[in-house]
Amino acid sequence: MRKTALECVHRLAQHDKRVLFIGSDLGHGVLDKMKNELPDQFFMEGVSEQYIIGMAAGLAMEGFIPYVNTIATFLTRRCYEQVAVDLCMHDLPVRLIANGGGGVYAPLGPTHLAIEDIAIMRALPNMAVVAPCDADEMNRLMMSTLEWPHPIYIRLARGGDPIVSKDDLGFELGKSIKMKDGADGLFVTTGVMTQLALEAADVLKAKGVDVGVLHVHTIKPFDIGGVISAIESVKAVVTVEEHIVNGGLGSAVLESCSELRPELLPKISRIGIPDKFATEYGSQSSLLKHWGITSDNLVVAMMKKLGG
Amino acid sequence: MADKKLDARSKKLRSIVVDALKSNGGGHIGSSMSTIEILRVLYDSILKFDASLPSLPNRDRFILSKGHGCLALYSVLADKQFFPVEELQTFCKPTSKFGGHPERGKVPGVEASTGALGHGLPIGVGIALALRMKESESRVFVLTGDGEINEGSNWEALMAAAKHKLSNLTVLVDYNKVQSYGRTSDVLDLEPLVDKLRSFGFVTEEVDGHDVDALELIFKKLPFKNDSPSAVVCHTVKGMGLPFAEGNSEWHHKSGLTELDFQNMYEIFS
Repeated sequence: MRKTALECVHRLAQHDKRVLFIGSDLGHGVLDKMKNELPDQFFMEGVSEQYIIGMAAGLAMEGFIPYVNTIATFLTRRCYEQVAVDLCMHDLPVRLIANGGGGVYAPLGPTHLAIEDIAIMRALPNMAVVAPCDADEMNRLMMSTLEWPHPIYIRLARGGDPIVSKDDLGFELGKSIKMKDGADGLFVTTGVMTQLALEAADVLKAKGVDVGVLHVHTIKPFDIGGVISAIESVKAVVTVEEHIVNGGLGSAVLESCSELRPELLPKISRIGIPDKFATEYGSQSSLLKHWGITSDNLVVAMMKKLGG
Repeated sequence: MADKKLDARSKKLRSIVVDALKSNGGGHIGSSMSTIEILRVLYDSILKFDASLPSLPNRDRFILSKGHGCLALYSVLADKQFFPVEELQTFCKPTSKFGGHPERGKVPGVEASTGALGHGLPIGVGIALALRMKESESRVFVLTGDGEINEGSNWEALMAAAKHKLSNLTVLVDYNKVQSYGRTSDVLDLEPLVDKLRSFGFVTEEVDGHDVDALELIFKKLPFKNDSPSAVVCHTVKGMGLPFAEGNSEWHHKSGLTELDFQNMYEIFS
């Protein structure tokens, strides 16, 4: 997914001189091809995220479209004031490509785990927050970023994730995608949790329970209409995210229903990372298991919500 | 001593600050008074701009990174007719363009919204890079406070400006040696400041920040070198022109000013 995202930046830059790539201190050889081909549009600025965000803002003020890439925690926690003031307050078209959303960097411990990035980015006016589910969708997202006039936070997963998105379902920033219809229940998901939900939906189908999957790739601006419409037609809803339960996708769903359709609230439950920093290392999948974010638990949560 | 240095124009610009302050009853007085001559010389003799077309592409960019000193900038911009001076009577009123920190898009001539400290220089580096890529001859000037450069983001940006050899970027430091709590030497000593800036790759000069002739002379030499960014450490006096406020951290920001306070200030600048 990251490889696709960066290759997209290269492709965009080939056709549009406004497009710039800015990295902090990324792995050796990252985007070498772009660096060699378009050296004026490639920047590697060192471990200095506060400065990099301000620099990107200055470039955007002058008409450029910077794509900034580094590890998600350093692109959010480290330079939050710069993101808020320099990018969001000035409402500039800078794109933040954040490596390792959720538990991707499990072996590196809690300093490197982006567990609350969606919540803190979503809190900022003018910021769009997007978590694609696979590399194909990343490609569609990146191609649609060029003319979006506001800042965008793009959350990357581990990479090598199974391709589940479909070109014919299209992609529009701010519009959720029904990946699977289901008459009984609905998983509302974002990022690669969509894969997990599709897996759980298959298990449920084998049990005779018909559950759909609504993929909310854009958590902000939130597709209130699409989400509520999907929720109102089923008996039970489980939101699933690789993110702390407070402030992310599940919160966005509950907030929208609370404001517009409070009678829908009882049918919704949330699955996400518990409200604490990670206490284990291991792998992304072992951490997800530790957090209770597994296909089995999705099945159990859905059955419970359906009264089964 | 200080008063001797202030000519009629410096007093007039300060009286515009006092007028705006009066409408709000207070503000960052000391922080504004120290920068008047720096701004005056920049706008009188150095910066390219058209006040009637503040977004003209070939303008020079000035960023007041120490946004709390905005009253001085508002005064100079009004004097240069970016907007009618009477508008400053709305300072800090609910629907005013003119807040306690300057905002891009609200105030004509303001390039960046500042106030949170340590933001102007990184943004200035980005603008300077952009101008160079566009083969523009426009230059970027960033005025920082001294307390402000406690923020690490400035030093990240200084390193980057040197790496990119941004000769179109000049950093000006309003070195009045007093920050909100007290003397900079006590709170977080910046010395040896000039050596630090030089070691970060900036060709750096020092000047009396209230000496109009000296400021003009040194600013006209910019850039000091064709392949390096420049810095000018301007030695200033916090609260310059107001004897009771000079060098006094209590006047960094002042609220609850009385009619008598304003009378005193008007008399000094009359």
